[in-house]
Amino acid sequence: MKRMLSGNEAIARGAWEAGVHLAAAYPGTPSTEILEELSRFPHVYCEWSTNEKVAVDVAIGAAYAGRRALAAMKHVGLNVAADSYFYASFTGAEAGLVIVSADDPGMHSSQNEQDNRRFAQFARVPCLEPSDSQECKDFTIAAFDLSEKFDTPVLLRTTTRTNHSSTPVELGERAEVEPRRKKYPRDAAKYVMVPANARARHPLVEQRVADIAAWAEKTPLNRIEWRDRKLGVVTAGVAYQYAREVLPNASVLKLGMVYPLPERLIRTFAAGVERLVVVEELDPVLEDAIRLLGLACEGKSIFPICGELDPTVVRSAAAAAGLPVDRPPVAAVALDLPELPARPPVLCAGCPHRGVFQLLSKKKAAVAGDIGCYTLGLLPPLSAIHSCGCMGAGIGVAHGAAKAGLGERMVAVIGDSTFYHTGLPALANIAYNRSNVLTIILDNRTTAMTGHQANPGTGLTLQHQEAGRIELEPLVRALGITDVATVDSYDVEGLETAYKELMAHDRPAVLVARRECALLPEIRKQWVPLEVVAEKCTGCGICFRIGCPAILKSEEMDAKSGKPLALIDPDQCTGCEVCAQLCPHDAIPKRDQMRQAQEHQPASCPTPTDGGN
Amino acid sequence: MPEPTRTSFVLVGVGGQGTLLASNILAEVGLAAGFDVKKSEVHGMAQRGGSVASHVRWDPERVSSPLVGTGEADVLLSFEKMEALRFAPFLRRGGTAVVNEMEIVPVTVSSGAAKYPGDEHLTRVFAALDARLVTVPGEALAQRAGNVKAANVVLLGAVSRLLPLPEDAWWTCIAQRVPKKFLELNRVAFAAGRDAVAPR
Repeated sequence: MKRMLSGNEAIARGAWEAGVHLAAAYPGTPSTEILEELSRFPHVYCEWSTNEKVAVDVAIGAAYAGRRALAAMKHVGLNVAADSYFYASFTGAEAGLVIVSADDPGMHSSQNEQDNRRFAQFARVPCLEPSDSQECKDFTIAAFDLSEKFDTPVLLRTTTRTNHSSTPVELGERAEVEPRRKKYPRDAAKYVMVPANARARHPLVEQRVADIAAWAEKTPLNRIEWRDRKLGVVTAGVAYQYAREVLPNASVLKLGMVYPLPERLIRTFAAGVERLVVVEELDPVLEDAIRLLGLACEGKSIFPICGELDPTVVRSAAAAAGLPVDRPPVAAVALDLPELPARPPVLCAGCPHRGVFQLLSKKKAAVAGDIGCYTLGLLPPLSAIHSCGCMGAGIGVAHGAAKAGLGERMVAVIGDSTFYHTGLPALANIAYNRSNVLTIILDNRTTAMTGHQANPGTGLTLQHQEAGRIELEPLVRALGITDVATVDSYDVEGLETAYKELMAHDRPAVLVARRECALLPEIRKQWVPLEVVAEKCTGCGICFRIGCPAILKSEEMDAKSGKPLALIDPDQCTGCEVCAQLCPHDAIPKRDQMRQAQEHQPASCPTPTDGGN
Repeated sequence: MPEPTRTSFVLVGVGGQGTLLASNILAEVGLAAGFDVKKSEVHGMAQRGGSVASHVRWDPERVSSPLVGTGEADVLLSFEKMEALRFAPFLRRGGTAVVNEMEIVPVTVSSGAAKYPGDEHLTRVFAALDARLVTVPGEALAQRAGNVKAANVVLLGAVSRLLPLPEDAWWTCIAQRVPKKFLELNRVAFAAGRDAVAPR
């Protein structure tokens, strides 16, 4: 029986079938669904760790303890986890240890493109790369076996396209894998990486790579598909699918393991074809390795190094290079499309971050931002974020700018989950080295960007257990920061008062702006859309400047100013009242005012909510 | 009824419209009919109100690429009118566009910065592709069936009429995906979608 599974669901299924005991991750597109899915299976402990480095350490700990373990993350998560990932390569483990890196060619939801197959070479860790969901499942199982066979962590490298595509998968049963140890290993030479021990480990690691490379010659993970020998294509991952689509008659060396590479297999293949071409996404990883063997091949001279491949890109590039494509690239029909209004990502209606950003925008504050929904505070009309690099960077960047002797006061904004992730050490640094940065923690009580995952502030774990809730204010005070205020993110005046008070002193300060994400299911139930009283609205435009998608420009104009009046879209408005507080003409009644107005209506006159539909 | 052949679909709309459920059902219909199937979700940062697209491919033998190339879709199913224009370049010459008569005004339009395109573009653009354009009042038909949210099932009904699979093959997959108490409602919505497309 085959079922349609996404790549992420298939990795979770594969881990479960492989008898995994523990899995840890920090949410990040396109990897998030792996742990969400795996956490629903029985007999597997799953957690959202506070960051990817912690997740990898947690998985390593379980693998040292003799239990199969997996850690999953997006590509940049492996940057965070690199330190742990590298020592694990030196130590190996007692049971299978698999690290999933979900790369994001095309940057659908990332700050950069990077090819984490480089991380495999870098740390001498074998790397498997599936090309569809069936392989996602099979390769996950193979990765655990490989890990135990050679005493090494294994990197399972996927890309957004494999993570987020669904293909048919044959389901299997769970292998009941007995723990390989009863006690934590007491083997200092292997697990205590002081220089003397590490020096002894390094040659073993290099030998391991050689052993796995020899194994790579025979494993069915790598295979040659002989067809027409005029063209030979070396490929891996989803690029294999594009190559098969566009160059159906070419012979193919399909590499399921992209590090270490099978030298003899590659030489055999190269010798058997007239022209050797590498089809791979992002970096010329395979191409470089093949060239190092002294073999002539083409790759990035034909296919782009930047962005995601797709059949159109591969076909055009292949045709231009004179390769035998399935059919000529489709000649673009001149469609003469009108200019189509974009649907840009915006802060949602009712987003609790909006109040903070309207304040920062009004104060013309210099703001170092961070990664999350709130990065969208960069967009006009708010334009309130001026730098953003990676998770947890903003606080350190703001501190550096402050210490550099900048004339203006720096503000850092960071979400609750990102603060627990890597913001905390940066704030400790501010507390220690004393700069006057104002850190605003945007606490919406969830990890919103990736789809509302639990975090240390939510009081729940991934597997729905009650958890310790780490309160931000005592935590911040414990660092020695005394200027700490907490304000409801919807309280426009309260935010400004607190901002002024905290900025009045030349000390490190923290403002916790707290309000649940408006899209949380239990919050959605509380939505009450507001309305604009047309008679009071003057078209002054103040409410347009907060960038709320629920506030529309009416076709009705103000008689005096000739400007469009405001109109609220009842389907989008949540009733957060930020616009109502800012309106200088009281043209947007608050919930209380609406209720009072309704109570004063004669009983015979039905209120709008009593309507038929 | 002609032989089932390889078919590529591109489903587009605006976040929150139910395109994902429709593409899941479409993939399952193909799998149940014995095709190889691939489905891919193509969207950027998770958000409300953004453009979303899913690609679904069926092939009696083998589907390689999970993505449909530009100008290669046999069927473009758009849940929203302007998105049909945005993704029109995906439709092959002589393909079919099924377009829901729903306008979702983006913030760029409501803020006055841009203008929502008129209907004349829809006719013109798909005529330039020699495509068959089928417009379906999805929300109106769903409302008549009992709930406006069944518009995606109405649209699947419309698409089902274009393809050489028996009606039952579709209904079985849809019935597995909707709650029991809404079964009858969805059956009416599906039938309304089928009736909205004139057979050819």
